[in-house]
Amino acid sequence: MIVNRGLYLRRQFSNRVFLMLSVLAAIFGLVWLALILYSLITNGVSNLSPKLFIEMTPPPGTEGGLSNAIFGSVAMSLIAVAVGTPVGLLAGTYLAEYGRHGWLASIVRFVNDILLSAPSIVIGLFVYEIFVVNTPGTQAVCRAIFGAWCPMGHFSGIAGSLALAVIVVPVVVRTTENMLLLVPNGLREAAAALGAPRSRVIRTVTWRAARAGILTGVLLAIARISGETAPLLFTSLGNQFKSYDLTQPIASLPVVIFQFAMSADEGWHKLAWAGALLITATVLTLSVIARILEKRS
Amino acid sequence: MADAALTENLVATRADTVRRFGRRDAGFRGLTGFAALLVVAAFAGVIASLVIGAWPSINAFGFSFLTSDAWNPVEERYGALASIYGTIVTSLLAMAIAVPVGIGIAIFLTEICPRPLRRPIGIAIELLAGIPSIIYGIWGLFTFAPAFQQTLEPWLIDVFGHIPGLDSFFSGPPYGIGIFSASLILSIMILPFISAVTRDVFETVPPMLKEAAYGLGCTTWEVMWRVVLPFARAGVVGGAMLALGRALGETMAVTFVIGNAHHVPHSVFAPGTTISATIANEFSEATTAMYQSAVIELGLILFFITFVVLASAQIMLRTLERRAGG
Repeated sequence: MIVNRGLYLRRQFSNRVFLMLSVLAAIFGLVWLALILYSLITNGVSNLSPKLFIEMTPPPGTEGGLSNAIFGSVAMSLIAVAVGTPVGLLAGTYLAEYGRHGWLASIVRFVNDILLSAPSIVIGLFVYEIFVVNTPGTQAVCRAIFGAWCPMGHFSGIAGSLALAVIVVPVVVRTTENMLLLVPNGLREAAAALGAPRSRVIRTVTWRAARAGILTGVLLAIARISGETAPLLFTSLGNQFKSYDLTQPIASLPVVIFQFAMSADEGWHKLAWAGALLITATVLTLSVIARILEKRS
Repeated sequence: MADAALTENLVATRADTVRRFGRRDAGFRGLTGFAALLVVAAFAGVIASLVIGAWPSINAFGFSFLTSDAWNPVEERYGALASIYGTIVTSLLAMAIAVPVGIGIAIFLTEICPRPLRRPIGIAIELLAGIPSIIYGIWGLFTFAPAFQQTLEPWLIDVFGHIPGLDSFFSGPPYGIGIFSASLILSIMILPFISAVTRDVFETVPPMLKEAAYGLGCTTWEVMWRVVLPFARAGVVGGAMLALGRALGETMAVTFVIGNAHHVPHSVFAPGTTISATIANEFSEATTAMYQSAVIELGLILFFITFVVLASAQIMLRTLERRAGG
């Protein structure tokens, strides 16, 4: 038997080299994760203190906390989820239960997946254009309804929430549709055989069966928006004064981190690191909970 | 007699109930359809508002907006070339790093990694996608850029700066921040997207195909390169395009480390700018109507570019799904 020893060795060798390279690729990814988490923890933990949650953002050169920014972030995220979840849930239900393969469902699915990955800064510009810009017609209507509380025509926490809601919707639509499609048709048919109308079947059977999955989607959406900075830059803007009024410009954690990190003030840098650690801890905790829920469903 | 009345009554109630069910059904269906239309309306609204906002600038500069690298708020002359160039170069460089590494990670996770470690390592890589971009930004600015400036960057300039043909791309002083730093951070951010999609499509490859190749005496690498990758090609390309879409629109991480310089840099180590970084840095400073309109036109261009990339990614992944389903 003739064995081409050279060829054999060469193949063995390239096999080893490429498999080694793929091990290195995995190490490459893990090392960056470790480096980022390490510098976040070393820089962030030393600046963590109860003051962060009590005192407000300080002027340069003085000490303070992040309380107003934390409030702004939490409030805007809650409103965004409260607005975005019902819309996303209903639209996802349409795709999975009614539209399925129809032309409208195909368009919605296509558009939704584009919005899911669209640059968030463009979403910010969109809300700026429709909400923040002082358009005479809409402004007059808004003033007539809300008076001095009109949130349109200037930067406001409401505008920020709206921008975040536009980011929440596609996430919830995608997970809702996926989760509803996993519900076995036998369940729907059993409910229908008992005489339940379609809308009743969806609300009391399919939604309930997919509950954990849908909740996962909502958690992922919260995780996604709690770090979003770009869409808030031209909507909620930021506010260096103590303000809890959502119809006015309001501070938020990501935007404060951006401003403080870009400044030259040492104390502001420290607060930025502490804020960065807070955001990362929140986001990673939410993703872990979402993952556990997903596994259980 | 009483029986007949009761039956009649029952029939009437029954008809009533059925009608009520029908109305509620139609109402609920209409509600879900309305929510679905809202999604389309948001998309249409994004395009319409950007076009309207950009109109003064489109009118004033026309096509020269795309070919000029002027950015002069004082003289009211604006061009997008430097931003477009930065966006495309940083994204392509990031892809050049992230695609091979992402595929390598997928190979590692499906073939090499010991089974008990697969899940934890897979999750750890996916955590990279969960970290918000502002965190990459602050880390890039305070930790990565200074370290890069003192270690890797001078070495890269030393090695590649003297090779004819490459020297112009790799020359110049090490700034720490610049096009290359932004690309490297972008590549870390999009890595999990590529490796996750690639791993998923690798797992759809029928084991029979792999076993047949092993049976012929192929090495693991040969099986991956000649059997698994060609089979999974459409999925891998689709996943990569999705990641490219993310990289093109990424804002905060890039804004921190790109240097925000409005010119077309010749070296990859020089500071530059991207469309998203320009918008983030300048929109709130845009005091005149034309300045603001020019920045919004940048947003329109960015949306157009990412739309084309994301739409082709979707079409690719959809065809793949249909093939796998049918």
